[in-house]
Amino acid sequence: MNKNKKILTSSDVSKKITRIGHEIVENYSDISKVVLLGIHNRGVPIAQRLKKFLKDLTDIDVPSGSLDITFHRDDFRERLTMPEIKGTDINFDLDGKIVILVDDVLYSGRTVRAALDEINSFGRPSIIALAVLIDRGHRELPIRADFVGKNIPTNTGEHVAVRLKESDAEEGVFLLYGHE
Amino acid sequence: MKIKKLDNKVLLKNASIIDPLKENQSIGDVLITKGKIAEIGKVQHSEDIKVIDCSGLVLTHGFCDLHVHFRDPGNEDKETLESGAKAALAGGFTRVCTMPNTVPPIDNPESINYVIEKSKLLSVHIHPIGAVTKGQQGVELSEMGLMHQAGAVAFSDDGLPIQNGLVMRKALEYSKMLQVPVINHAEDECLRCNGLMNEGSVSTKLGLSGNPNVAESMMVYRDLKLAELTNAQLHVPHVSTADSVKHIAEMKKKHSMITAEVTPHHLFFSDDDLINYDTNLKVAPPIRNASSRAALISGIKDGTIDCIATDHAPHTMHDKETTFDIAAFGLIGLESCFGIVKRILVDDEGLSLMHLIKLLTISPRKIMGFDNDLLSIGKEAELVLFDDEEKWNFQKTDVMSKSINTPFINRELSGRVKYTISKGHIATCV
Amino acid sequence: MFNHSNFLGLKNFPRADIQEIIDTAFKFKEVLDRPIKKVPLLKGVTIVNLFFENSTRTRISFELAQKRLSADTVNFSASSSSLKKGESFKDTVQNIEAMKIDAVVMRHPSAGSAKHLTEFIDAKVVNAGDGTHEHPTQAILDMMSIQEKFGKIKDLNIAIVGDISHSRVARSNIYGLVSMGANVTVCGPPNLIPENICDFGVKVSYDIDEVVEWADAINILRIQRERMGIGLIPSNREYRRLFGITSERVHRIKKELVIMHPGPMNRGVEIDSQVADSDQAIILDQVLNGVASRMSILYLLLGVKDKDRDED
Repeated sequence: MNKNKKILTSSDVSKKITRIGHEIVENYSDISKVVLLGIHNRGVPIAQRLKKFLKDLTDIDVPSGSLDITFHRDDFRERLTMPEIKGTDINFDLDGKIVILVDDVLYSGRTVRAALDEINSFGRPSIIALAVLIDRGHRELPIRADFVGKNIPTNTGEHVAVRLKESDAEEGVFLLYGHE
Repeated sequence: MKIKKLDNKVLLKNASIIDPLKENQSIGDVLITKGKIAEIGKVQHSEDIKVIDCSGLVLTHGFCDLHVHFRDPGNEDKETLESGAKAALAGGFTRVCTMPNTVPPIDNPESINYVIEKSKLLSVHIHPIGAVTKGQQGVELSEMGLMHQAGAVAFSDDGLPIQNGLVMRKALEYSKMLQVPVINHAEDECLRCNGLMNEGSVSTKLGLSGNPNVAESMMVYRDLKLAELTNAQLHVPHVSTADSVKHIAEMKKKHSMITAEVTPHHLFFSDDDLINYDTNLKVAPPIRNASSRAALISGIKDGTIDCIATDHAPHTMHDKETTFDIAAFGLIGLESCFGIVKRILVDDEGLSLMHLIKLLTISPRKIMGFDNDLLSIGKEAELVLFDDEEKWNFQKTDVMSKSINTPFINRELSGRVKYTISKGHIATCV
Repeated sequence: MFNHSNFLGLKNFPRADIQEIIDTAFKFKEVLDRPIKKVPLLKGVTIVNLFFENSTRTRISFELAQKRLSADTVNFSASSSSLKKGESFKDTVQNIEAMKIDAVVMRHPSAGSAKHLTEFIDAKVVNAGDGTHEHPTQAILDMMSIQEKFGKIKDLNIAIVGDISHSRVARSNIYGLVSMGANVTVCGPPNLIPENICDFGVKVSYDIDEVVEWADAINILRIQRERMGIGLIPSNREYRRLFGITSERVHRIKKELVIMHPGPMNRGVEIDSQVADSDQAIILDQVLNGVASRMSILYLLLGVKDKDRDED
């Protein structure tokens, strides 16, 4: 049985987020049009950190919100248990904005697909981009990230767990075996 | 009878003062200044005091009658509030409660207000009782809350029974929050079967349709059980049968808010007295037989019956001077009341004078929540003075009501009201 | 955890489940603020609204809740039905169910009819009011509104005023509020309050001024003269004087009293216009919360695969 492995330390996580922040600034000439939407759960604190970074770098207060994709899941009525609804919190207009979806791990792509549907209910952004801390491959839908912290190829049976100091005891990215 | 304003200072000298609340008796004086009791006991009199010599007279609380019909508005030829007030004063009554079966019936706050306003000018305290149901139809509850706020002291459809048990129940429940009694004229309309007098051998002899005891006692029982169920206050008017007395006695053991009254005529007469078709003895509920009468007297003695009420019901001569079947039900009773009940209860049946006085004063006042501490310094003078020994014959001239439908003419009464003092006025009755 | 097959009433309904419904309802309320007010959660689900009693507002509220969840809805009202042609209740509903529907929302004038319905159809049943028995979705939206205003329900003083004996809204609210730990007092004319109501864990008062002083929130029931048979309330003006939530009464007290009403209102009878339109009244919030509550209930009933749900 393979042991669980720590792939990124807390300091690595911070560096990755910082680099994503720089890439965003590099990519869009008009940062004032950018809004960040963190996908529950851990996309939210990552979005918060990006917001702070952008403020420090550009002095622009980029609006940030959170997205709960439960209502748009495609596995609804297939599950045996009720998913917990966290709630979506977007109190700004999305029309014409550059929306950057933020999540911790990109895997099958279904979460992002649900997030795109959810965003549809709120308006029509001019661009929707995706920023993820980890891309672990195994896409089931034609979805790709625009900004990636680190690519970690995985096998089935392996699981990438992102832990952040905002919600967990030890911060870091871990490769876990044997559970989902 | 003469009614005039009280002098500034009036001294009622040397009366036998009976206080039914404190249950004591003494010879003494009562000084009334500006209509209020200033002193009780041995009072020094001075020049500016008007003295009334009350030697040989009993002085006590003015009588209170919970059940009179003053026919105002609508039948002012029979009686008005003014003439009714005079009849009351003649009988020693300072406070009366009027039933709402006027024309139109008193079933809304505006009508209550009419009685309240009009009686402000009169020398007797008149308290309107409001109708339980709209138009006394026995179907829909009337605006009891608003009537109560306007001054209604109780609710009744008297004259008519509340035939529908559900309506009676709902009325009792509703009255609970107002904390006033519901008074139901208990006569089952079906069982009484158009009865003109008590059902018995006399009615058979006379060929008059009979109204059986059970028409009353069944409904009394129903009302008592409903009062128990709803925990509300019930007052049973003009009890006439032995079974009614029995049911009331039983229920009083379990439920404290039951009270009952009896009329002088039910204590005096029995159905044998109707042998000559005297329409002045045609009443509702009817005058029953001798054993019923005995049960009523027994009920008074043991406290089942709380008070005397006259059910003073004036009718014009043309309503009474006709064949028995068509004659109106009712007789006047305010002026003759004291002389009758004193004769029957005290002289014949040995009741104490104190008990009799209670039946006419503190008992009825307690039922309605009126002030009972009348012989106290500072209280507005509400008193009666009577000669308890005097035997006299009741005559037409003793009637102060507009109507003359009384069966007591030429009967011997015992005890006579001499003065009635109320609302700053004194009525000299003889 | 919510594990019910039907939603018939709040009597003996677990406190935790009530809280779950309310918490979920708040999440759905946010959907109602979006530009596109739709989520695909109940896509492909068919729900029939079976209304044997007139009720425009409750039916619209359910219909909106269903449509916002992307369910297919069908409305059935008694007057236009085969019932008039003499078809029995059982045949009517079984015929409808034969068309493969997933849930029925029913309002019917007989107490116990919702339970009765569950005995011969398999579709899930939501009780939208059965006679004078229960109206649980109303109680949920009322409690949600209370929680929204105060942050909690437990230990609050809630008064319910009006015709308690004929009110399904009162009954469901009493079960729910007592379960959630609120202090409940009912107030109204004694002939409209059942003798044994204290057995339900509530206090009784006939003094509206005392109740208005005591309560944090007051739920005002509509005076339904048509339900009352023998004229139990003598007149509108008497009711207003003795029990009406008038502006004088509301202004006389020191604290801010929250005013609630399930609607439709008889302005000038049980509630004055100025009170209904004041800032203290959360009546319109109740209406919006009604849609959110019903979304929550339908989602919890229909949202997961059927395994062995608790029989109710």
